[in-house]
Amino acid sequence: MNRKNWITVSVSVLALSALLALGACSKKENTEQSSNATEQPAAAPAATPIDPATVATVSGTVKFDGTAPKPAKIDMSQDPGCKGTNEAEAVDVSGGDLANVFVYVKDGLGNRTFDVPKDAVVLDQSGCKYHPHVLGVMAGQTVQIKNDDPTTHNIHPTPKDNREWNESQPPSSPALEKTFAREEIMLPVKCNQHPWMKMYINVVKSPFFAVTDKSGKYEIKGLPPGDYTIAFVHEKLGEQDQKVTVAPKETKTVDQSFKAM
Amino acid sequence: MGGQLRPPAYSAKIPRWSEQTALLWSALTFGIMGKEPDRFNLPDPRGPTLKSIATTYNRGLHRFAVVLACWTFLLIIAGALVTSNDAGLSVPDWPTSFGSLYKIPRLVGGVKFEHTHRMIAQGAGLLTIILAIWTWRAEKRRWLRYLGIAAVVMVIVQGVLGGLTVKLFLPPPVSSAHAALAQTFFCLAVAIAVFTGQKWIEEQPRIEFDQRRPSLFTLTLLSIFVLYVQLILGAMFRHHGMSWWPHVVHAVVVSFVLAWTAIRALTAYPNVEAIRRPAILMIALLIGQLCLGFTAFLTRVAWGRDAVQPELPMVASTVAHVAVGALLLATAVILAIQTWRHVPVAFEERLPQAQRNPTTA
Repeated sequence: MNRKNWITVSVSVLALSALLALGACSKKENTEQSSNATEQPAAAPAATPIDPATVATVSGTVKFDGTAPKPAKIDMSQDPGCKGTNEAEAVDVSGGDLANVFVYVKDGLGNRTFDVPKDAVVLDQSGCKYHPHVLGVMAGQTVQIKNDDPTTHNIHPTPKDNREWNESQPPSSPALEKTFAREEIMLPVKCNQHPWMKMYINVVKSPFFAVTDKSGKYEIKGLPPGDYTIAFVHEKLGEQDQKVTVAPKETKTVDQSFKAM
Repeated sequence: MGGQLRPPAYSAKIPRWSEQTALLWSALTFGIMGKEPDRFNLPDPRGPTLKSIATTYNRGLHRFAVVLACWTFLLIIAGALVTSNDAGLSVPDWPTSFGSLYKIPRLVGGVKFEHTHRMIAQGAGLLTIILAIWTWRAEKRRWLRYLGIAAVVMVIVQGVLGGLTVKLFLPPPVSSAHAALAQTFFCLAVAIAVFTGQKWIEEQPRIEFDQRRPSLFTLTLLSIFVLYVQLILGAMFRHHGMSWWPHVVHAVVVSFVLAWTAIRALTAYPNVEAIRRPAILMIALLIGQLCLGFTAFLTRVAWGRDAVQPELPMVASTVAHVAVGALLLATAVILAIQTWRHVPVAFEERLPQAQRNPTTA
């Protein structure tokens, strides 16, 4: 190979390597940007009053179209302290009803503000699984995390817009109390000691949300009359939206279905 | 031609770019071993000074260096097991483990992988410090003594990177730097083991000048470079910092460069054992690594995308891929070192025209 060819080959190899490395760097920047949002929100203004005499209710059932995937088996043998059911909950379908869908008012509330409930929502670790698997909470509301297992867990949320943290919780230790400052849907939480343990926290600004139960049902109460976008979000199946108009005191049924991906 | 061009001091071809580097090269490669310098028409670099730094084989030191290299390989496997089992944050604190510097926690779940990795890493740190002290006291080659110190610095930086990756929740650049430095340290440990070996100290290097372009030495450096880029791309993918495709595409570049290097080494210097052996090993490891990479891709990317937990096939294939990758990089480094020693690059002497013709001088 003459000198000219050698230079050409060398430059090509180096350029390709540099190009690929550059791809890695650009992704890195995105990652850094997403992990920087840690500041606390400003104090919330007083809640916008709602006339309890006119509020409506939206309820319904979320269905799964098609053949439900067989639940994946979990192998808990790596920790003798884990004795839970050994089926994953990613797509939880029973008789066509889809559980663990987070339903919330995505749009239509305008500039309304709402009081943050004083009561904490509870996230329990039992049988080396999270209960519930999908949780809704208002921004700033306390999440009380308990460990009812005879083994140590670590709780590790991996948010995009909230502060990331990772704490271990030995058996019989006091509950952890945490809050999430920013709205974030399907915020993953995992335990690095038991890699099958995964759940999702949904942080919203309004109290108008629900999670479908085993029968696929949900109910959102106390909604002021108006035009809204209701979002149905599933950890694997994605998001589907519906526009609804609710009249004063109306009880509206809004069903939704997800297709197999 | 009547007035034959015969430079009085040096031949038309000298190793390295200048007289100074030629002397340094000779000192490094032949000074200790006593290689005949006459064949290059160079002045004998083995003056009394160079003879005085002659070293003897220290079996204990060499064996200890081999133990460190093997221990580091074990550490790389332990680290790969942490990543493959997604156990990097199962112990949330650092440098303590669940608040203690010495207590061994219950080794279950992810803690089993993470804490075992930490304990093996502490052992590697201790071995490195002992090796550096031993080298400093027993070794006559100054550059090797400094290499021991460099290993200590590297192992400390590596420990801090490991701590940072825990404290910062596994940021891909930091975790990838931790992975890349691990293999760099492994290469250094292997190199120290080679430099302290009996063969390195006592053998008479078989010298053959490399006239071809690119030289084999350049190719070995290029191999190390593309392998290093591949290591970073693979680490970034493994730590969720980028997609899988740059690593897969770059595997083609790596295969081409490594095959070129190994074929050149085997065809041009089939009789130089110190080059032939790492070249054959490099080809074998490359083939194995490509197969493991394909298996890892199938088990983790194609089939294991929705797995609820790391499964044995994906853990085994990815850990083996990391381990063989480390061996491949170390082999490329050894090939480069042995090429540097046995096949010096011949360069055209670039002298002013006036000096090229002695009749005009």
